[in-house]
Amino acid sequence: MLEIIFVSTINGVFYGMLLFLMASGLTVIFSMMGVLNLAHASFYMLGAFFGFEVTRHLGFWPALVIAPLLVALIGMAVERYGLRRVHRYGHVAELLFTFGLTFVIQQATETVWGKLPVDYQVPPALNFTAFRVFATNYPAFKLFDLLISIAIFLALLLVIKRTRVGLIVQAALSHPDMVSMLGHNVDRIFMLVFGVGVALAAIAGVIAGPALVTQSNMAGLLGPILFVVVVVGGLGSLGGAFAASLLIGLVQTFAVAFNVSLADLFGPLLSDHGADAYLGDIWNVTIAQVAPIVPYLMLVLILIFRPRGLMGLRDT
Amino acid sequence: MKAFLATTALTLSLSAAVAGPAAAADTIKLGYIDPLSGGAASVGQIGLNQLKFIADTANAKGGINGEQVEVIAYDNQVNAQTSLVQLQKAIDAGVRIIIQGNGSSVGLAIEDFVDKHNRRNPDQRVVYLNYGAIDPALTNDKCSYWHFSFDANADVKMEALTNFIEQKQDIKKVYLIDQDYSFGHSVADAAVRMLKEKRQDIQIVGNEFHPLATITDFSPYVAKIKASGADAVITGNWGQDFALLLKAAGQAGLKVQWYTYYAGATGGPTAIKQADMPDQVFQISEGIANLGYAPADAATKAYDARYKDTPVVYPRIFNLTGMLFKAIEEARSAAPADFAPKLEGMKYNTFSSGGEAFMRKDDHQLFQPIFISTFGPSPTGQTFDEENTGWGWKKVGEIPAESTVIPTKCQMKRPT
Repeated sequence: MLEIIFVSTINGVFYGMLLFLMASGLTVIFSMMGVLNLAHASFYMLGAFFGFEVTRHLGFWPALVIAPLLVALIGMAVERYGLRRVHRYGHVAELLFTFGLTFVIQQATETVWGKLPVDYQVPPALNFTAFRVFATNYPAFKLFDLLISIAIFLALLLVIKRTRVGLIVQAALSHPDMVSMLGHNVDRIFMLVFGVGVALAAIAGVIAGPALVTQSNMAGLLGPILFVVVVVGGLGSLGGAFAASLLIGLVQTFAVAFNVSLADLFGPLLSDHGADAYLGDIWNVTIAQVAPIVPYLMLVLILIFRPRGLMGLRDT
Repeated sequence: MKAFLATTALTLSLSAAVAGPAAAADTIKLGYIDPLSGGAASVGQIGLNQLKFIADTANAKGGINGEQVEVIAYDNQVNAQTSLVQLQKAIDAGVRIIIQGNGSSVGLAIEDFVDKHNRRNPDQRVVYLNYGAIDPALTNDKCSYWHFSFDANADVKMEALTNFIEQKQDIKKVYLIDQDYSFGHSVADAAVRMLKEKRQDIQIVGNEFHPLATITDFSPYVAKIKASGADAVITGNWGQDFALLLKAAGQAGLKVQWYTYYAGATGGPTAIKQADMPDQVFQISEGIANLGYAPADAATKAYDARYKDTPVVYPRIFNLTGMLFKAIEEARSAAPADFAPKLEGMKYNTFSSGGEAFMRKDDHQLFQPIFISTFGPSPTGQTFDEENTGWGWKKVGEIPAESTVIPTKCQMKRPT
C-alpha cells in the first residue's frame, strides 16, 4: 500500500509538471490576449519536430534553444499577419482561425516528416536512471522535465510580478480596455506575448518529444487536456494553472491505481435490491477504468460551481 | 480574412478527400476505405501504399485477365458513419470490391451495409475484403457471405499465442492490459478463457482496460503491473497506446515478457527500440520478414525501395490481393457474384513463407500459418530491419494453419 501511494505520488507529480509545461504557454496567451489558442498543441508538435531535426544536426542542447526560437518566430508571424486581422471580427473568428491553423500545421508537418513516428531519442547525457524507488526506475530525463517546468513557472511568475510587461499583463487582466486606451503599444505586446506563449509550447515539445511519441497526430491527442488545465486553474492565473496541473496529475494517477467499483463498495449492502440491474455497467466499472475521464468531470464541476476556476481573477 | 478562410477550406478539403484519379472503364476497381487523415492516418496510408504497389506490379505484367487494376482511396477517419458514406460513394462510382482493415467497429458497419445492399441490389453486388478487422463477431454472429476475413481473428491468434505460452514454464503470473473497446475486450476475454484451459497454474494478476487513444502517461499503469509481480503481459494495444505503454515500461525499468498482437504495426518497432527491450517483445502475426522465403524477400525489397520512408509490409494485404486476383482469373470475371464462389475454400500459399492457407467455406475466415516472433538487434545475415531501427523480427515459433482452426458459430446465408 505504501508502495502504491509513494509511487503514485511521484508519477502524479511528474505527469502534472509535464501538463504544466504544456499548458503554461496556453495560459499566458489566454490570460493576456483573451485568445483561446486552439492551435497551441500544434505549436507543441512543431516544437517536437523542430527539436528532433535540430538534435539530429546540432545536438539536444542547441535544440532546446533554437527550436523554441523558430517556433516563436512562426508564432509571431501568425499573430502579426493572421490573428491581428481576424481580431476585429471577434472571438468566434479568432477561434475559427486557430482551429483552421491546426489543420494547416498538421498537413505541413505530414508533408515534411511523413505520418510515421520519428526516432527522437532521449539525449545520452540524460539517459540514465536518476533514482530508484521500490524497484521502479526514474530516468534523469523525467527529472529534467520536472526541473524545467518549475524553472519556467518561477521565471514567468517573476516576469509577471516584477517587470513592465508583467505590469501590463496584470492590468490587462482586470481592465483590458483601459490599458489600450492608455496608449500602450498593445499590438506589439500582443505579438510578443503570442511568441512567448508558443515558444513555451515548443519547449514542452522539445522535452516531451523523446519521452512520448513524436508523430504528426501528437497534437490532437493532447489538445483537450490542456484546456482542462487552463479552465480549472482559472483564467489568467499562472499559479492556478500550476496547481491545476498538479491536481490533475495526482488525481488521474491515483485513480488508475485503485480497482474499486461501486459493486465492491456497496455490493454486500445492496446486492439483494438488484442495484446491479438498475445501474448496469456503472455498477461494475472500476475507478481505474474511468481515471482518464476524471479531469473532464472536474472541468464540468468547476464550470458549474466556480466558473472563475481555482485561482482565477476574472469570471469571463 | 477571406484569404485565410480560403486556405483553411482548401487544406480541409485536401485532407478530407484523397480520392484517386477518376475511374476509367474496363478496370478492376479496388475501393480502399481506411483512415487517410486524422490520428490513424499513418496506418491507413501504409495499406494504401501497398495496394498501389501491388496494383502497379500486376499492371506491369499485363493486368488481371487483361484488365488493369485501379486503386481508389476513400478516407473514413476510422469512423463507422463516415465509412458508410464513403462506401455508398464508392458503389456509385462503380466500385464492386471494397477493401478495409482498420477498426472492427468500421468492419462490422461495412459488413452489415454490404449484406443489405446486396440483398436489395442483386444486379450490383459488392464484396467486402477485410485485411485487419479481427473482432471474432465478424465471422461468427454477424457473418456474411459477402465478407472475407484475411487476417486471423482475435480468437485464432489467442489460441496460437496461448499454445506458445503453454510451453513456457517460466511464466507464472500474467497481466492483461487492453484498450477499452470491443476488440480489447475480445482479446482479454479470450486470454482469460484459454489460459484457464491450458495452464491452470498460471495466475492472472490483472485485467486492465484503459480508454482508446487518450492516455499520455502510462506510468501509473506500469506501476500497477510492477506491483502485481507479473512476469508476462498480454496486450492487444496498437498505435500510440502501444508505443507509450512500452516506453513508460522501459523508463521505469519493468522487466517482463510482452505478448502482443500489434508490436509490428506502425510506430511499434521504433517504440520497442527506444524502450530498449531487445528480445522481450513477442508478436503474433500472419507473417514477418526474415523468414528466408525468396519471393517474399524480393517483393519486400522492391517495396522498401519504392517507399523508403515507410518500409512497413503487411503480409495480409499481399495475401488478400493474391487470392482475389487468383479468384478473378479462375472465374474469368471481376464481378463479386462470379468470383466469390472461387474464393470460398480456396487454398493459397501465403506471402511470407509459402505455407498453405485455406479460406474456410463456413465463415469465410482465412486459416494460415501463424508466426510468433521476437524483436531485437539484427544479427549478421538477417536481411530486414523495421522502420530503419537496425532491429528486426526473428521467428521463435510457427503454428501451421490446421492447428489454428477453431469452431465457428456462423450460419451463413448464401445468395440464391
